[in-house]
Amino acid sequence: MTQAAPTPKLSLIQRIQAYFASDQLRSPRFWKDSLQAYIYLLPTLVILGVFTFFPFVNSFFLSLHEGPITNPTRTFTGLEHFEKLFQDRKFWKAMWNTTYYVMFSVPTTIFLALFFAVLLNTKIRFKGFFRTAFFLPYITPTVAAAVVWEWIFHRDWGLFNSFLNFFGIPKQDFINNPELAMPMVILFSIWKYMGFNIVIFLAGLQNISKEYYDAAAIDGANAWQRFWKITFPLLTPVTFFVLIISMVGAFKVFDEIFVIFHGSTGPLDSAMTVMIFFYQTAFGRFKMGYASAIAYTMFIVIFLFTLLQMWLAKRRVHYGG
Amino acid sequence: MNAFLSEREVIGFWLRKGATYAVLLGGVVAMSVPFLWMISTSLKAPDQVKVFPPIWIPEVLHWENYVIAWTSAPFNWYLFNSFFIATVSTALELITTAMAAYAFAKMDFFGKKILFVLLLGTLMIPGEMLLIPNYITIVKLSWIDTYYALIVPWIVSVFGIFLLRQFFMSQPDELWDAAQLDNCSRFRFLWQILIPLSRPGLMTVALFKFIGSWNAFLWVIIMTNSPEKRTLPVGLRNFTQEAGSLFELLTAASTLVILPILILFFFTQKQFIEGIARSGIR
Repeated sequence: MTQAAPTPKLSLIQRIQAYFASDQLRSPRFWKDSLQAYIYLLPTLVILGVFTFFPFVNSFFLSLHEGPITNPTRTFTGLEHFEKLFQDRKFWKAMWNTTYYVMFSVPTTIFLALFFAVLLNTKIRFKGFFRTAFFLPYITPTVAAAVVWEWIFHRDWGLFNSFLNFFGIPKQDFINNPELAMPMVILFSIWKYMGFNIVIFLAGLQNISKEYYDAAAIDGANAWQRFWKITFPLLTPVTFFVLIISMVGAFKVFDEIFVIFHGSTGPLDSAMTVMIFFYQTAFGRFKMGYASAIAYTMFIVIFLFTLLQMWLAKRRVHYGG
Repeated sequence: MNAFLSEREVIGFWLRKGATYAVLLGGVVAMSVPFLWMISTSLKAPDQVKVFPPIWIPEVLHWENYVIAWTSAPFNWYLFNSFFIATVSTALELITTAMAAYAFAKMDFFGKKILFVLLLGTLMIPGEMLLIPNYITIVKLSWIDTYYALIVPWIVSVFGIFLLRQFFMSQPDELWDAAQLDNCSRFRFLWQILIPLSRPGLMTVALFKFIGSWNAFLWVIIMTNSPEKRTLPVGLRNFTQEAGSLFELLTAASTLVILPILILFFFTQKQFIEGIARSGIR
């Protein structure tokens, strides 16, 4: 937060005590203002309370129970769902598929986005046109794009196979081949999310002062050196931001797989991500307790991952300026 | 160009420039192929769709594919629902976000810091994790298959609150002092001074919401079961189950689903892109 107290460090309890002892709390005006503020916050707090805070707690509670949708907490099962989950081969398959997806789609998307953003940040014409063209897939409804994508990768008449044919590669059945199903989804996600990353990188690049480059030019640095010695280090906070939101987003991939594979898990479960596994458990087989355990595990994985990245960033990220 | 550059340097400059354009154009082509291919397929006769190698330009343009696709499923309903839900939830979200942002930006109240941290914390919770308990809540409220289920849970955006809070905070406190001299109420101050001054911020919040609502998929699938309440993406996905491999109709329907959002984007892209850039820099 912005106003950090300049006073010596107090423990949390001391700070709370100090807060309750402060004169502010004794002024009627403060309480009048507080009342008013809570009236303004009321809609937000009600909605968040019902649809975010309560379900957040309830989700864990549900994972400890079993029962039909009308009475999901009929029987208490303790940590059984979690025990079962960690022995469930389908779950590990889903985790592996998701990791595979994240590991390939996120770095590729970020690398390409950075590459195009650096090109777009030079003195060129039609910058707006280029940026829009790269950005369009991002705002396209995923379902509509996935329909087209399924058609492009069609075994018999797909455009992509004709592209492969051009290089002498025989037709591939992307949608039914367990080895190609996930790479196809990865290609889709690169196409879909690159533009978003480009926009963020461009904003970051425009924040870098020209003076650095002028100074480097005087010292005779070439474009390659300028990128690695100036652009890249100064851009790390932005890269870090993009990395976190891309990874969290990618971990939850669902829509495109659900549409391309018609709600199935793909050939030999090769496109079964954690979210697909979760959806099938919850809304296909209506095992709400077990599915809640999946959801909670997913949350913890994402949370730990974000913490890890933040910790790494604290040590490595170069905050310039 | 600098007159003191040697011929070699000038050639190098133009080579680099040419290469930049070539690479960028290549990228643009790769990005737009799916769109062009979608439109191309949507205008073909059935016997021109299933051929290999594919044909790019149809012999005769079959515009009627659009009519056939649109009328073979209740797309009018889907369009209305998408539009209605996106508009109403955007309007409501603007109200709730502006109010909450105002409290955080310009008021001092009991528990402000704790509440702020709590709100910040919700950004770490993946919405997917809340699907089951929320589904149960919606069932208990008997909201399944109603507009309520598709609108009410989505009228608050913590991201929007933080964005607007920044805008409101950048307005000097002297404004409020001056307004008080004129007996201006807090509500009037928000409505007549802060909101008009923060138009770009509101615009960004509205756009994000509208497009997010328009593209929403998983939630709508779970919360609806009759065609009358489906939105365009869910309707389109159901159409893919029915149309099977009639790709000229599927691509026509997809084009029509994408079109409204593309039109909106073209009119507002500056706001939209600035909004994303802003969210990324912080």
